[in-house]
Amino acid sequence: MAKTEVMTMRAGKPARPLVRPVTLLRVALVVGLLAGWQALSVSGLLYRDVVPSLLAIGRALYDTLSNGHFYFHLYTTFYEIALAMLIGGISGLIVGLLLGASPLLSKSFEVYLYYLGPCPKIIFFPLMLLWFGVGPGSKTAMGAISCFFPIALNAAGGMREIDKIFISVGRSFRANTWQMVTKIYLPAMRYPIVNGIRLGLGVALIGTLLAETKLSNRGIGFLVIQAYDFFRMPEMYALLIILFVIAIGANALIGRLGGVESVKRA
Amino acid sequence: MRSAPAIARTPALPFILGGGAFAGFLIILELVVSLGLMNPFVVPLPTDVIAALPRIVLQEHALARFMLTASEALTAGVLVCVAGIAIGALLYRFDLLRQATETWVAATASAPTVLLYPLFLVIFGRNTATIIAMGFVAGLAPVILKTLEGFRTTRGVLLNVGRSFNLTPWQQFWKILFPAALPTIFVGLRIGLIFTLLNIVGVEFLINFGGLGQLINEMADRFDVPGTYAAILFVVLISVLLFILIERLERWLRPKS
Repeated sequence: MAKTEVMTMRAGKPARPLVRPVTLLRVALVVGLLAGWQALSVSGLLYRDVVPSLLAIGRALYDTLSNGHFYFHLYTTFYEIALAMLIGGISGLIVGLLLGASPLLSKSFEVYLYYLGPCPKIIFFPLMLLWFGVGPGSKTAMGAISCFFPIALNAAGGMREIDKIFISVGRSFRANTWQMVTKIYLPAMRYPIVNGIRLGLGVALIGTLLAETKLSNRGIGFLVIQAYDFFRMPEMYALLIILFVIAIGANALIGRLGGVESVKRA
Repeated sequence: MRSAPAIARTPALPFILGGGAFAGFLIILELVVSLGLMNPFVVPLPTDVIAALPRIVLQEHALARFMLTASEALTAGVLVCVAGIAIGALLYRFDLLRQATETWVAATASAPTVLLYPLFLVIFGRNTATIIAMGFVAGLAPVILKTLEGFRTTRGVLLNVGRSFNLTPWQQFWKILFPAALPTIFVGLRIGLIFTLLNIVGVEFLINFGGLGQLINEMADRFDVPGTYAAILFVVLISVLLFILIERLERWLRPKS
């Protein structure tokens, strides 16, 4: 397959079909999926409305997006996540820089972060409710503790992997600590930090929204769980579609900004 | 993140510093709460939390709950292994399919799939099927991607050895490709299984059904504050032990190069 492509390119002939086979397959897969969905919805094999028709979902999507109420909830969630990223991100960055700078601190404390990092954060939600109340505070806190870990660990790892020569250059210019941080360390750590922020945003989003579905009275997570409680399936699908578009879009955007390929997750 | 094994092999000073700081923090907390500077209904005495641990294990059947969560995780984990490796192999075999869908799989790997849990509740109902399905969905994408990466990065010389022995496609796969890809597949399995486990405990908590996750939910609903802290501590300890175990297992299973 690949060989034939190379050969036609070498021959200099634009022997390509109008539509690339990959595009064709993609379109076919999407159309097949949608058709299968619609067939399942019409067939009545599942309970009514569990798989709503495409038309119903489309209408719910339009209704949701044209409803001013939705934007209030979107704003709430956005505000919670932004604040969580600010709190968790800055504290994560500071802790990461400290751990990266000092082998002793890193050996003493990083192992805690390393093993706490992948624990399911949502189980801390009852504590956040106790500490910060049932309002947006506890959701922001969930987001902040979620994004703290990947950002701290990535910053610490990134700092250790800085090429020694950069540090020598900084020293030979007699840079002070602040100059070292802003001119040498942070620019050299750009990729791991951006990657940490990307991972952090992903988990902050999850932490905040899951907390909203568990106990809240506003936010997108609240809307989703309300749609579930009242069995408004098309609306629930519409909200989930919007959420996924936002989440994947934000992830791709940060990856693009930082020049990090978005596939790597480990 | 790869430095944990190095951290584990260090002399006593960092261990004392880390452990000492943690113990010091607990002692200060104990003092602050017992002096009434902090509300014990928000932050209980650390000693009360530790005292609540046996209660969690004995009265709340924490071990039975652990077994339930573990069985859910095992079921989902087996499904993730089988489906993930099979789909990865499929995408490797049919390159056009890979070109069409690899970015989609990568997108689902970074998508917040756990937010789909209300949808799974509707489809499967509030039972273990939902929990297993959520765990499966969470762990699948990394296994597919890493399996694919493992197959695609197999050295050409190995494939040529297979060809020169006139291996059938089936033999070529099982004797050459699969063993060569195994280390990368293990990395995918480790990531995937951790996601699975995370999501299973999280969903148990969210839908208040099943094992360890529900334990926390129940203690919180009863306003048993030391019990809630103890339950969370218990789950965190179990997860940390499991992460260490998975890491050891991966290192032990990985073929030595």
